Amino acid sequence: MKVSMKVNGAERSGDVEPRVLLVDFLRSNLRQTGTHIGCDTSGCGACTVLLDGEPVKSCTMLAVQVQGRSITTVEGLAQGANLSPIQAGFHEEHGLQCGFCTPGMMLVGTALLERNPHPSEDEIRWAISGNICRCTGYMNIVKAIQHAAVAAGGK
Amino acid sequence: MATATHMHGRIGESIKRKEDARFLRGKGNYLDDFVLPDMLEMAILRSPHAHARIKSIDTTAAAAMPGVIAVVTGELMAQHKLAWMPTLSGDTQAVLATDKVRFQGQEVAAVIAETRYQAEDARDAILVDYEILPAVTSPEGAKAAGAPVIRDDKEGQKDNHIYHWEAGNQDTTQAAFASAHKVVRLTSFYPRCHPAPLETCGCIADVNGATGKATIYMTSQAPHAIRTVFALVTGLPEQQIRIISPDIGGGFGNKVPVYPGYVVATAASLLIGRPVKWVEDRTENLISTGFARDFHMTGDLAVDKNGKMLALRVHLDSDNGAFFSDAQPTKFKAGLFHIVTGSYDIPTAHVTADGYYTNKAPGGVAFRCSFRVTEASYLIERLVTNAAIELGIDQAEFRMRNFIKPEQFPYTSATGWVYDSGDYPKAMDVALQKLGYDELRKDVEARRKKGEVTGIGIASFTEVVGAGHGADFDILGLRMFDSAELRVHPTGKALLRMGVKSQGQGHETTFAQIVTEELGIPAADIAVEEGDTDTAPYGLGTYASRSTPVAGAATAMVARKLRDKARKIASHLLEADEEDLEWRVSKFQVKGSPDRSKTIQEIAFAAYTNLPEGMEAGLEGVHYYDPPNMTYPFGTYAVVVDIDKGTGQVKVRRMVAVDDCGVRINPMIVEGQIHGGLTEGFGIAFMELITFDSEGNCIGSNFTDYLLPTAWETPRFELGETVTPSPHHPLGAKGVGESATVGSPAAYVNAVIDALSPYGITNIDMPVGPDKVWAALRSKGVTE
Amino acid sequence: MFPAAFDYRSPASLDEALGLLSEQGDAAKVMAGGQSLIPLLKLRFAQPAMVVDIGRLSGMSGVSRNNGSLRIGALARHVDIERNKELGGAWAIFPETAHWIADPLVRNQGTIGGSICHADPSGDWGSVMLALSADLVARSSKGERVIHAADFFKGPFETALRPDEILTEVRVASGSKSAGGAYNKLERKVGDFATVAVAVQVELEGGKVSKAGIGLTAVGPMNIKAVAAEKALVGREPTDAVVAEAARLAAEAAEPKSDVRGSAEFKKDIVRVFVQRGLKTAIARAKGVSA
Repeated sequence: MKVSMKVNGAERSGDVEPRVLLVDFLRSNLRQTGTHIGCDTSGCGACTVLLDGEPVKSCTMLAVQVQGRSITTVEGLAQGANLSPIQAGFHEEHGLQCGFCTPGMMLVGTALLERNPHPSEDEIRWAISGNICRCTGYMNIVKAIQHAAVAAGGK
Repeated sequence: MATATHMHGRIGESIKRKEDARFLRGKGNYLDDFVLPDMLEMAILRSPHAHARIKSIDTTAAAAMPGVIAVVTGELMAQHKLAWMPTLSGDTQAVLATDKVRFQGQEVAAVIAETRYQAEDARDAILVDYEILPAVTSPEGAKAAGAPVIRDDKEGQKDNHIYHWEAGNQDTTQAAFASAHKVVRLTSFYPRCHPAPLETCGCIADVNGATGKATIYMTSQAPHAIRTVFALVTGLPEQQIRIISPDIGGGFGNKVPVYPGYVVATAASLLIGRPVKWVEDRTENLISTGFARDFHMTGDLAVDKNGKMLALRVHLDSDNGAFFSDAQPTKFKAGLFHIVTGSYDIPTAHVTADGYYTNKAPGGVAFRCSFRVTEASYLIERLVTNAAIELGIDQAEFRMRNFIKPEQFPYTSATGWVYDSGDYPKAMDVALQKLGYDELRKDVEARRKKGEVTGIGIASFTEVVGAGHGADFDILGLRMFDSAELRVHPTGKALLRMGVKSQGQGHETTFAQIVTEELGIPAADIAVEEGDTDTAPYGLGTYASRSTPVAGAATAMVARKLRDKARKIASHLLEADEEDLEWRVSKFQVKGSPDRSKTIQEIAFAAYTNLPEGMEAGLEGVHYYDPPNMTYPFGTYAVVVDIDKGTGQVKVRRMVAVDDCGVRINPMIVEGQIHGGLTEGFGIAFMELITFDSEGNCIGSNFTDYLLPTAWETPRFELGETVTPSPHHPLGAKGVGESATVGSPAAYVNAVIDALSPYGITNIDMPVGPDKVWAALRSKGVTE
Repeated sequence: MFPAAFDYRSPASLDEALGLLSEQGDAAKVMAGGQSLIPLLKLRFAQPAMVVDIGRLSGMSGVSRNNGSLRIGALARHVDIERNKELGGAWAIFPETAHWIADPLVRNQGTIGGSICHADPSGDWGSVMLALSADLVARSSKGERVIHAADFFKGPFETALRPDEILTEVRVASGSKSAGGAYNKLERKVGDFATVAVAVQVELEGGKVSKAGIGLTAVGPMNIKAVAAEKALVGREPTDAVVAEAARLAAEAAEPKSDVRGSAEFKKDIVRVFVQRGLKTAIARAKGVSA
C-alpha cells in the first residue's frame, strides 16, 4: 500500500506491504542507513528516530503507522556542513566509539534539550535509558549532551 | 635557541577523533549498509532442540515460495565438502547440520531469496523431522556416567572430554600446601555471558563467476587470518579472495570466529553467481555466536602465619559447547588463564584445566577476556578478598603485603610469565586515596551499627596482553606478529595501513598520533586504513588488547625506518653529514645552525623530486613486528555498595578505577575504553547471564532475557592513573582495551561480599541479582 | 524477525473501527501504539489476518477530572500520563506507575488502553486498575458497557473484552476523602518486565482506612487483586502491625513462579515488602492531601 510521510523535512513516499517496519522503510526504501537495527525484541534503541519530535523505536512501528506524520533521523540533524550542537557535543566529548548507538543517542539528546534545556545528569541518564551503548559506558554520552546544553545557551 | 613547534596530535594528547565525522552524520559504513547490484538475502534455519538426530529435511514448500532462489542444506554443503569446517582451536564445527544437531540454535539450512522478508517467510516453511536426544548442559553432566557422546562424528571420541592442560609445578605446590598455616578455598562459577556488540555479525559474499574473485564483506576483527582460513577451507586461491571489514559496530571478540553463515553465504554466492548477504538477528547472535566464560573454578590459596601467600592451586572445568572453537593461540587450551597468580608474589602454583563438550553454542574466548584472563583475574581477586576476610586482615593491606614489589620486575611468575613492569602498591595507594578509604571504612562501620548493609570491594588485577611473540603465539599456525605500512606522499601527507581492525577503539586517531610523534606529520594529515585484505599488510587483527602493543609498535618502527631515510635525504638537501643533523619534532636541523633545516614535508617532496644519487625514490616502508614479550597492564579498582535489605537490590555508590597501561597515546580514548569495560564488568557482575534449562533450551537469547545495563543503572566512574612504561615496547605503551572487563567484576562482587561478610556469607556467584542477595540475607535471618 | 503478512486498516473514526471488528471478529487485532503487538508480530507469536490501527483516532486520549472522578482516554500515551500535572495528589499513582513502564521510547508511543487490553500478567496498569477498582468502558457497534476491573482480567493475555469491542476509557471514582497511592516495582534494569510490582491506593477517614486497593504485578497468571489484604485494612487504623498483617496477606495471595528472576518464595516476600512500603507511602500521601 502507498505510504507517505515527511522525513527530515522532505516529503517521502513508497509502496510497501503493511508489515514493513519503519526502520526497514527508512533503510531499504529510502536508503537512509543512519538508523540502525541492534536487536529483535525492541530492547536496544539503536533504531531510534523522532516522530513529530519525540523519540520512538522505528523497529517497533510499521511504516504505514506513520502515514502523514513527520520523522527526523540522524541524517536530518546537521544543517548542511554545520553539525548540530548535539553532534558537536558528541565529537568534543568523545561521546562515541563504534558509532552504532550514536544516531539514537543524539536524537534522544536533541529531543531532551528541546523540552528541557537545562537537564541534570539524572535527567539525561533517565532520558537515554531506552538506548543501549556497549562501548562508552555512558559517561561521555552524558557529557556530550551537557556540552550541547551549554553550547545552546543553557546552564 | 630552538623551541619545539607545537605539533598537533603527538603521543599524550587527547586530540578529538578523526573518524567521528561519518558516524555523527549517520554515514558510517556498517555491513548491513552495503547494497551490491543483484544482491540476494539469506536467512538461516536453526535447530529448536539442543540435541537431536535429523531424520529428514523437506525443503520443497520453501523452495516454491515467492522470491526464493535456493534452499541450502547440510547435504548440499557436504557435496562440496563444506558441511564441516575447521575451528580456530583445531576441532571441526558443523556449517550446516547433517547427522545431528548439537545445540539449540545450530544452523540447519539456509534460504536465499530476493528480499530478507521473503527469505524469512520461506524459512518458516522448511520441515525438519527431529528425533530428540537427551541434552548435556554442564561439564558435570558431560562427565556423568551414561552421558550421551555429543561428538560422535569424531573418530575416536568416546566421551565428552576435549582437553586436559596444566601449568606450574604440582610437586612444589603440593609441598607448600602441606606446610601452610592456613588454606582458603573458593569454588566459583564464572557464568556464560556474551559480548553482544550492538551490531550483529554478517557478511556479503560476492563470488564473481567471470573473474573468479571472491569479495567478502565481513564483520571481522581479523580479516587476514579469515582470508587464509577461507582459502584453506574452500579451496579458492588466496590471491582471489578479498575480505573487506568495513566499519564495525562493536566487536569485543564476538567478531573473531568464522561463523557458518559466512561459509554458507560464500558457497551460495559461488553456486548461484550473485552476491549473497547474510545478517544475523539478535537472537541468532546470542544463541549461536561466540559466547564468553562458562568456567567452573576451584582455587586454593595457602598462606603462612604472617598472611604471606605461599602457593596457589586451581582447577577448572571449561564448558566449551558443542564444538571446540575458542579463538585463542593454539598452544594454550585454556587461554592465558595461568596468569592466575595475578599481582601477587606467589612462589609456587599449579593449574589444571579440563574442557568439555556440552549441548550449547560453541565458544568461550570472547568478551574482552584477553584469552581467559577475565576468568583468572576474577578467581584470584575473589579468593584474595575471601582470604583477607577469613584471616581478619584488611583487603587492601593483605594485597599490599603480597604484591610483587616494583624492584622485582621483570618478574617471572610461578607459571612462567615474565611480567615486564609494574608498580602495584602505587596504583593501590592512588585508588585508596581517591576513594578516601580510611574514612570510608569508618563510615561503613558506623552505618552497619545502624543496621545498614554496606561494603567496600577491591580488586588489584594484573593482566597480560599483546599476543604475541611468534614462537609462543599463533592462531592456527599464523604467528601473532602485526604490521604497519606507511607511505608519505610528495605533498607531505601520509597513508598508514595496518593489519589490525578497529571496532570503535579509535585507531584512525591513535595510530596517526604515533606517526605524528615519530615523523612530525600532523595527525590531521595522516589517513589510517584497516580491514581490506587487498591493501592492508598481513596482520592478526584486533582482539585481546593487542593493537597498541603489536601494531602500535610496528607503526613506531616503520615511522622510524622512514625517519632514517628522511635523514639521508635531509643530509643531501642540506649538504651536511648525517651525524651533524638532529631531529626536532618535525624537521632535521644542522646542529648549531637552526636556520639550516628541512621539514618532513620538504623531505617528502624531495623523495620524489630531488634524491641523492643511487637512492630509491619514495618515502615508504612496512614493518612486521614480533613482540619480544607480552605487556602487563594493571590497576586497582574499588567499589562501594549499599544493599537494600528488603529487596536484595545492590546499588553501587562509588566506583574508583586506577589503571596503568604504560604510556597513553590518546588519554581521552584510553579513558573511553575503560568506561566501557567498567560497564561491561558491571553488567557481568550484576545482570548478564546465558543459562539453560535441563533440556538445553537457551535462556538469554534475546535482550529481554540477556540484560545489558542502561545509563540509569550504570555507575558513575572515577578514574585515576599511574604510568609505568613497558620496557620492551618502542613507545612504552601497553594494551588497555580489556583491563576494565578483566579487573572490575571481582571489584563489584567483592564489595557485595564485604557488605554481607558480617553475616557470614562468603560467596555469591555472578550475576549477583537481588534474588541471590535476598536469599543470602534471609538464610542468616536478615529481613525488612 | 519480521511479521508475517497481514491486511491493514486505519479507520478514520471509532465507529468505522467498530464496524470493521464486527465484520472480522477474531481475525482482526486492534493496534493502538503497537508497543506490545508489534514485538509479538515480529516474533510471529501473533499472526492476525488483519490489523486495525486505532492509534490515530482523535478524542480518545484526554485526561479529565470532574466531580472528583477521573477519566483517562484509552489512547492516552504512558508519557502523557507521566507528564500530566492534573494527576498529582490523590492520583499520584498514575504518573508514578507510568514512570516505571518499559523505557522512555516505549512510553512515547504505547498507550494505557493498549497495555490494559494486552493483559500481560507482568503489565503495570492492570494492577493499578485493580487497586483503584477502576471501571473500564468498552464500546462495540452495538453500544457501550462498563466492566469492573476485578472482572476484566481473565487470564494471561486474556480479558473480558469481546472480539468486536474496543476499550475507550478508564474511569475511576474517588471519594472526596483523603486518598493516596503508590506503585513500587522491582526490575533488574530499566526496560525489564517487573520481577514483582505492587499498586496500592487507600482512602482515609477519621484516621482510619475507609477504602483500600492492592494490585499485584507479575506474581500470577494475571494481575491479582489482594482482596483479603484489602479487607484487613478497611475500618482499621493503619498501625505498623495492621500494615504488616495486610502485607502478609497480600503475599499469601500471590502465586508467583520460580524462574531466572528468582524463587517463588523470594517474589512473595517482595510482595510483602512492597505492600508494606506502598501502604506507608500511600497513607502519608493521603494524609498530605486531606482537607
